[in-house]
Amino acid sequence: MNENADICNHCRNMIREKEKGMKMSRRISTGPSSFIPENEILGAMPLSDSTVMFLDEEFSGRVDNLTQVMGLHPHYLQAFLRCHYYLLRMDGPLPLHYRHYIAIMAAARHQCSSLVCHHMQEFEQIGVCSDWLRGLEFCPQRLRNLNEINKILAHRPWLITKQHIQALVKTGEHSWSLAELVHAVVLLAHFHALASFVFGSGVNPDPEVTEVNGVTDDLCPLAMAGLCTCHLTNGNQANGNPLRNPDTGSELEALMERMKRLLEEREDDDASEEEMFTRFEKEKKESLLVVSAGFDEEVVPPSPVARFVDDPSFGYQDFARHGEDNPPTFKAQDYSWEDHGFSLVNRLYSDIGHLLDDKFRTACDLTYYNMASHEGVDTSMLRRALFNYVHCMYGIRYDDYDYGEVNQLLERSLKVYIKTVTCYPERTTRRMYESYWHQFRHSEKVHVNLLLMEARMQAELLYALRAITHYMT
Amino acid sequence: MEKMNRVNTISGRTMFCHLDAPANAISVCRDATQVVVAGRNIFKIYGLEEDGFVERLNLRVGRKPSLNFSCADVMWHQMEENLLATAATNGAVVTWNLARPCRNKQEQLFTEHKRTVNKVCFHPTEVNMLLSGSQDGFMKCFDLRKKESVSTFSGQSESVRDVQFSMKDYFTFAASFENGNVQLWDIRRPDRYERMFTAHTGPVFCCDWHPEDRGWLATGGRDKMVKVWDMSTNRVKEIYCVQTIASVARVKWRPERRFHLATCSMMVDHNIYVWDVRRPFIPFATFEEHKDVTTGIVWRHQHDPYFLLSGSKDSTLYQHMFKDASRPVDRANPEGLCFGLFGDLAFAAKESLMAGPPSVGDVGRKTYPGGDRRYPIFFFKKPDVTEQFAQVSSALSVFESEAGSSVGMDWFINTAQSYLLSGKPFAELCEHNAQVAKRLNRLQESTTWTMLRIMFSEPANPSLSTNHNLNKSGNLPLVNSFSMKEMSAALNERNKENRQDNIHSLETNLNNNDENEETEGSEGQAEYLFGDAELDDDDLYSMEHDNQAAEEPEYLLPQEAFPLRHEIMDHPSAPEPVQEKPESPHVSGSEAESMCLTPMESISLISVSQLLFSPHLPPKFFCPIVKEMLCYYAEQGDVQMAVSVLIVLGDRIRKEIDELTQEHWYMSYIDLLQRFELWNVSNEVIKLSTCGAIMCLNQTSTTLHINCSNCKRPMSNKGWICDRCHQCASVCAVCHHVVKGLFVWCQGCSHGGHLEHVMEWLKQSKHCPAGCGHLCEYT
Repeated sequence: MNENADICNHCRNMIREKEKGMKMSRRISTGPSSFIPENEILGAMPLSDSTVMFLDEEFSGRVDNLTQVMGLHPHYLQAFLRCHYYLLRMDGPLPLHYRHYIAIMAAARHQCSSLVCHHMQEFEQIGVCSDWLRGLEFCPQRLRNLNEINKILAHRPWLITKQHIQALVKTGEHSWSLAELVHAVVLLAHFHALASFVFGSGVNPDPEVTEVNGVTDDLCPLAMAGLCTCHLTNGNQANGNPLRNPDTGSELEALMERMKRLLEEREDDDASEEEMFTRFEKEKKESLLVVSAGFDEEVVPPSPVARFVDDPSFGYQDFARHGEDNPPTFKAQDYSWEDHGFSLVNRLYSDIGHLLDDKFRTACDLTYYNMASHEGVDTSMLRRALFNYVHCMYGIRYDDYDYGEVNQLLERSLKVYIKTVTCYPERTTRRMYESYWHQFRHSEKVHVNLLLMEARMQAELLYALRAITHYMT
Repeated sequence: MEKMNRVNTISGRTMFCHLDAPANAISVCRDATQVVVAGRNIFKIYGLEEDGFVERLNLRVGRKPSLNFSCADVMWHQMEENLLATAATNGAVVTWNLARPCRNKQEQLFTEHKRTVNKVCFHPTEVNMLLSGSQDGFMKCFDLRKKESVSTFSGQSESVRDVQFSMKDYFTFAASFENGNVQLWDIRRPDRYERMFTAHTGPVFCCDWHPEDRGWLATGGRDKMVKVWDMSTNRVKEIYCVQTIASVARVKWRPERRFHLATCSMMVDHNIYVWDVRRPFIPFATFEEHKDVTTGIVWRHQHDPYFLLSGSKDSTLYQHMFKDASRPVDRANPEGLCFGLFGDLAFAAKESLMAGPPSVGDVGRKTYPGGDRRYPIFFFKKPDVTEQFAQVSSALSVFESEAGSSVGMDWFINTAQSYLLSGKPFAELCEHNAQVAKRLNRLQESTTWTMLRIMFSEPANPSLSTNHNLNKSGNLPLVNSFSMKEMSAALNERNKENRQDNIHSLETNLNNNDENEETEGSEGQAEYLFGDAELDDDDLYSMEHDNQAAEEPEYLLPQEAFPLRHEIMDHPSAPEPVQEKPESPHVSGSEAESMCLTPMESISLISVSQLLFSPHLPPKFFCPIVKEMLCYYAEQGDVQMAVSVLIVLGDRIRKEIDELTQEHWYMSYIDLLQRFELWNVSNEVIKLSTCGAIMCLNQTSTTLHINCSNCKRPMSNKGWICDRCHQCASVCAVCHHVVKGLFVWCQGCSHGGHLEHVMEWLKQSKHCPAGCGHLCEYT
């Protein structure tokens, strides 16, 4: 699957030992992910030496389900872990318990109980202010003030304005410094996106999380009983292997064919500006129609999570709604991550810019030149389509991208999946995961998920940082 | 001659005009009379008149302007005055011919780039050659006589941020990339670059060839640096480096000034700086007119250093006159003043100011004129005639504090090390700390500790007996300790005898107090307790209420105590005149006592009067005073006292002071302790603190990296056996067991072991216990 990195025998042994350890403690779940067969993940963990060391140091050797699923892409995993641990453990403007509490608040917006429980546990371990865990009303006003931008960033980031920033930063008893705020914003975006990944890849909650700590036990009764939301989607697991579906054999070829044609057409594609603009608008509008089933019923958040959610009715609404005054499109060229976002974030929270930069780049550039069974394929077009489609749903437009490509490359079932995973990840089901790209490997679908996660995080960050920039000027 | 004439025709003043939209780039035509402004929603040509900008032409035409008009960059041809090129955000490269008769001046459209084009550049001398650099990682060279590019240069899928033709070498151009590299290309060889070097960490946003010096290239990057490279030699050499405060978006050499260049930034900072690269610390000149980031700068004429044009996101176009620039050097403070950790004071100022004879007050001052051997802080530069900087030399004076003077910080260290913060009963801690303070000649602090002990100690517990003992030994560091001794001793005895007496004593004491108040007026705290004028009713009642709730279960005499107090509180003034007579001897007594107090010790009177109530006044009663006191100390800068008291009092006071203030005090104290390298004390303080944010400090940076002592590879932190060489790491050289816990080792031979074992070993032998023959040293 992935090219086997050269690792010494010793490491391999260690990983094997680690895996044994995992199997021992795995009781509730049936593997790291409920979407992906266990052997698929365990069979492919050629982590690089340094990643293994990093894991050892930062996690004391524990590899949770999330890491295992992400471990399908070791190169990315390394960049991810670095950033993750810098955010949570290393020097930064916010005290440690704040960071975990913000993580809880962010994950709770998407009712991601496994992340919430994990960070509740981490919070407990710090050993201060444990009564905050009883709910939002027990934490300081300062943290509660974050609720507003938390919910906006999670569901409709384009609504964030400099007034929101002003309200948080203005001098007063509960004010935030800009550095703290940037740290908080990065944490929020990171965990919103991570929740997308958790649901999108069906990562099972970690058994240890519910076992280790007595206090968390009674706080996470649902996860304890294996009833985590992503578990609910586990129903049709017995359907056998849906991967080798003979009916869809031509699907892959068709996709490759379209990619090839697009490459050739590009030279003589003389679409006018209006045409390009309409294509973007069309894609934006069409994303409205892409709605997953069971939209109407409001998912009631499981009880341990609900206490960290303020205004639970605030949810995703489409960026472009018919017959309403839409917010102006965000022009990517006017505020880009590389030029503007990076400088701002790095100025206020040193070094995080480099780590995020590295993470974004790794995610976007990651490729094995494979597509399902075909080798030596340039997948950059597909990757860019995925990335830009997410940004398109968030109203971010690239002048230099022809949104017609999205339409050609991304089939409808994939669009449904993308929209669900990025906008309301808690509704992702196993069926959605299986309904697209039947011939592709699981690792490739995880790759898709990584792209969605990073694109989403970048979109949130761009909106938030732009608001902060506006506030500063 | 021709050149001179042209320069002379330029005149003007600092001026600006509003654009309709933010600008992305600007460019001037060759004769410096017109400027083109390009942006997402603007593409206009302005004429530069004597007293203002005049709009000449709007190139954005059409009913619904296409994205080809959305410009990332623009360049006016330096040879052909009718020719312009723009780089569009959608990847198009467009050329414009102003000589076209119709409204639409667009001449040619190249749509070969797949991503945004970041930069276009005309060849300085060749009329028909245009170069573009794009986000898609390609640079393309166009011949304007042909419909498509003549050659393509690949940057290996790294985005190109800037391309610049060399001013001196006909065939060379430089390209800067998003990954920090700069490449040099020969226009005739599209297959590979001539040279490549890494110039910055992170994207290189801009580069500019020196107009005069062949091979000098200035680059600016996201890492906030401007670097000047010399390419004339075999090895590319960084010759100058200027650190700015924000990522560098544009850099332009100043005409006719060999070492000057102008920069503007991409984010946060809105100013334009002109640097002398030899003086990289302070900008030579600054233009501060813009309200949002500056996106384009250009010198108006290529041989005139006095006019700079700039466009900005704030939708203005400026012409800056060099004479109107602000000179940061003039505002820079040539004096420097710094306190050393141990109270030394260093002061540097212009030599001329320091030349006068030392005045009488200069005791303990040591002057080191520039060049002193002991403080070799200066280096003298040979004045360079081309430099326009004023030569400033300054002299440094160091004022050393005398030992034991108030400026010195010895007391701080001593106090920090000697104070006890935990581990003993409250009263003993206070007593200990009081003595420490006294020993260090800090009487007020000492008194404070004593007061605290008295206020918060419970009467019927051993703390009072300690008190008693101490009294006997005469150790109490209070000036008027006699009064306290007597009172507390008496009280103590009575306490033991029976309650009735106690009440009685209380009664009398209360009266005493009232009288004190009467006779002394503002003196003493009694006022605060009973004065009707000072406390408003709300406070009184709430206090009563608290007391009731708190005391009833705990104290022996609630019933008796309360009516008494109620009476006093409700009618504080009524009984006084009556009582004055029968009690008159007492009055005189207490008066006498208070008379002998020096004003400074007057606080102790408070403690006296309060002590008398201690069996009945809950410690809570004192909280407002103590709080005030803590704030006072903190305000005075003695955060040490505030924190120490806070820790020793613990729960008694903690709830009274809001978390943030406490956190602030803790942080300041810990910071101070760490500066003095009092790690143990600072850790103790962190451990004893009750603030969440402080306790967290101990959990940061707790990773310890261990390498195996055998194979020198990093150890995983699982167990004591190295995974790689399968040997026990960190074995004690004395007992050959694995050391779990404190491991001490010699830095010379890296052998070591259990702390006790090694200490024992070293008593007997000087050599290493491992037998390596090293004469071990442990410090």
